[in-house]
Amino acid sequence: MEHNSTYEPKSSFAKWWDDRLPIARLMHGQFVDFPTPRNLNYLWTFGGILTFCLVAQIVTGIVLAMHYQPSAAEAFNSVEAIRRDVNYGWLLRNLHAVGASMFFIAVYIHIFRGLYYGSYKAPREVLWILGVLIFLVMMATAFMGYALPWGQMSFWGVTVITNLFSSLNEIIPGVGTAIVEWLWGGYSVSGTTLNRFFALHYLLPFVLFGIVVLHIWALHVAGQNNPTGLDIKTKSDSVPMFPYAVAKDAVGMFAFLILFAWFVFFLPDYLGHADNYIEANALVTPPHIVPEWYFLPFYAILRAIPSKLGGVIAMFSAIAVLIFVPWLDTSRVRSAKYRPLYKWAFWLLVIASVGLGYLGAKPAEGAYVIWSRIFTVYYFAHFLLVMPILGIIETPTALPKSISASVLPSGSGAPAGATAAPETR
Amino acid sequence: MMRALKKSLVALALVAGAASAHAAGDGVHIERQTWSFGGFTGQYDRDQLQRGFQIYKDVCSACHGLKRVRFRNLAEPGGPEFPEEGVKTLAHEWPNKIVDGPNDAGQMFEREPKLFDPIQGPFKNEKEARAAQNGALPPDLSLLAKARNVEYTGTWWAHPFSMLRDIATSYQEGGADYIYALLTGYHEAPAGVTVAEGMHYNAVFPGHQIAMSPPIAADNFVKYQGDWGSYDQNARDIAAFLSWSADPTLNRRKITGWLVMLYLLVTTGLLYVGKRRIWPNIPH
Amino acid sequence: MASEAEDPNRRDFLVIAGNAFIAVGAAATLWPFVDQMNPDAGAQALASVEIDLSPVKEGQAITAMWRGKPIFIRNRTADEIKQAEATPIADLPDGSARNDLLPEATPALDKNRVKDGKANWLIMVGICTHLGCIPKGQSMGDARGEFGGWFCPCHGSHYDTSGRIRKGPAPRNLEVPPYEFVSDTKIKIG
Repeated sequence: MEHNSTYEPKSSFAKWWDDRLPIARLMHGQFVDFPTPRNLNYLWTFGGILTFCLVAQIVTGIVLAMHYQPSAAEAFNSVEAIRRDVNYGWLLRNLHAVGASMFFIAVYIHIFRGLYYGSYKAPREVLWILGVLIFLVMMATAFMGYALPWGQMSFWGVTVITNLFSSLNEIIPGVGTAIVEWLWGGYSVSGTTLNRFFALHYLLPFVLFGIVVLHIWALHVAGQNNPTGLDIKTKSDSVPMFPYAVAKDAVGMFAFLILFAWFVFFLPDYLGHADNYIEANALVTPPHIVPEWYFLPFYAILRAIPSKLGGVIAMFSAIAVLIFVPWLDTSRVRSAKYRPLYKWAFWLLVIASVGLGYLGAKPAEGAYVIWSRIFTVYYFAHFLLVMPILGIIETPTALPKSISASVLPSGSGAPAGATAAPETR
Repeated sequence: MMRALKKSLVALALVAGAASAHAAGDGVHIERQTWSFGGFTGQYDRDQLQRGFQIYKDVCSACHGLKRVRFRNLAEPGGPEFPEEGVKTLAHEWPNKIVDGPNDAGQMFEREPKLFDPIQGPFKNEKEARAAQNGALPPDLSLLAKARNVEYTGTWWAHPFSMLRDIATSYQEGGADYIYALLTGYHEAPAGVTVAEGMHYNAVFPGHQIAMSPPIAADNFVKYQGDWGSYDQNARDIAAFLSWSADPTLNRRKITGWLVMLYLLVTTGLLYVGKRRIWPNIPH
Repeated sequence: MASEAEDPNRRDFLVIAGNAFIAVGAAATLWPFVDQMNPDAGAQALASVEIDLSPVKEGQAITAMWRGKPIFIRNRTADEIKQAEATPIADLPDGSARNDLLPEATPALDKNRVKDGKANWLIMVGICTHLGCIPKGQSMGDARGEFGGWFCPCHGSHYDTSGRIRKGPAPRNLEVPPYEFVSDTKIKIG
């Protein structure tokens, strides 16, 4: 959004600096004066929460890397030394391990919020695609991070997931094997694999940070979406980011921290798996290999397809399909608030996704497989059929005239433009 | 000869399977016990940890190591908190020596453990352990309470509620529950179940056949300063001790947690009120 | 509306309190991130080492390892001892014995840097007190500096036969670690 910063340098030094590197002006314009829709609800605080999560993971991760040893012989021991001997090591390790889960909780809420309110629709397509990219890199980072403690689940998770690429043998014989051995740096998962995963696990968060900057940039070009899905038309539709949106973000963030801290201090191992407290053993596979909870829906899709290659394709397509959402949704209206039919479809998608998550943790047998298939079918149908068709056949309910009209008590009579921004009331 | 080989192979397979089983397996229901360190308020009971260590020393250490615990840990706050002098003597008298070296003559040598040394089990390596134990490997116990858990066995629709309850009550004692259930799970094999030679029937062990003989026989429980000793009490005490050995920072973690939660609740409240002050009369 | 509206930028007490709480929390959070770099519990519960002195003949020296630091052990000749004992305190840039088992104010007399009746055994941490290099003087062919003890090649510090700084940039005498004789020919450091 074109927005002129009202930044005024307060000292002669600030003025001197502003003429040379106007970063304070940029920050002021983008994070202080920036007009945010006045009707944002608490779901919009997850953007800030996610930024916090990324920074917290990077900071705790750097600190843990000071004590961690990425070798097959010492990885498990060094994690135990962190838990037992390093000053506050138990805290830092819990913050990082629980932090990964919290990051995913927040990102899933953020994604579903975007899906509900149509935040992917024009002019926010690039913003949305950058988001999908962030999600992908996050998953790669989390996967490699989970390998590092070198417990049984680490080892066998890496074995199973890297072996997915061997399904390419079904297309061109030999290619899958070649890729897998290239990933491993050997003929099986070994300390060599662990070492490269550590290097990449340290690198990718900074890549992530770069994409996040682009994501926020794209956000500040289009401006934030809001529960009505309407654009900001007049000044009364928005409030300056500071102090309004910032105050709300702070409340959301601290409420989120309560949940975060509850897990860090009282349930540090709840979201992990007991088998990862057994050191990696290349001769014994755990009876139930389960990925971390945030991969479970995709894992369930993988297992729902009765063909190796098909399952892999379906799993990756489940993420890839998100890229096309801006064009698959044919509706003129952004927000599901005004879409009586789509609303139901949206909640079905939520149920299917949560259901897949539940089924991903169950053994692949009997009714579990049948339900996995039903939910998988709906997951894809939602994006490929329901979205395009509903957009055409559905009649949206009446939209409010403007953002401010949607929140002002009816008949209070403040005409658009007259209320002006709150600070001038 | 063939028989012995077959026997050890069976034992090997069973133990290998069990070593990696995270849960009780086979959907065996495991009763939850009350632990002093349970929930978000719980702390270790020092006396119980002391008794538990006594049991480890008198019984378990005949086969199992505790290598991630160092002697000094036994004297540290939040654990059994034995007096340091006592722990020094204990280390000094510990039957399993530390291999150190090479000395000036280039030879490895054995020496008495010191405070900073790990609590070693009787076997130098896995092969020696298996050779001595009929093919079975007694696992190191340091992390056992974290490496085991109880599996949910209720109906599928109640599972989410059970999870929510566990989160709200911060249930993290699955490992202790499992260890207690295992130690009290030795029974006569039910009719129709044949137990392999050298194996023992256990109601909660995955596969129900365990190579470990009942460690604290009913007439052989550990007595320690008075009358607390009973089989059931012994099983509880060792489960508590192993919970500590797997999670020695629990006391500090929870105390820090209370302070952090208090801080977060107050700050969130303040920020919420502050936000209401900042957003006066702005419908949104 | 305008009349009852409060100025949102007003320094409301509750808003200030909220900000103050965030600041305090952020500051408290910093500590674990700083403290994690301090020596951990494993490093603190340090190994002590026992060293057999019997193979070290008069005039020879060996270097042992303690806490990751080199320990200089020299079996001094009668000449070297005499030379060290004869040095007047006034000639010493650092007047403290730098013996970990004695108070800092103990004068840097040779007898305060060795054990009673074991004056031939000089045992020190072999790290130059200037910037942490390891001085020469342990091997037979090494340069020993102008005072016949040790010489740090990095910046030219000269130590005498009692390991005391005599010339050069180093500010302090070589440190004597805590040790004891467990038998006539065996010491335990730490």
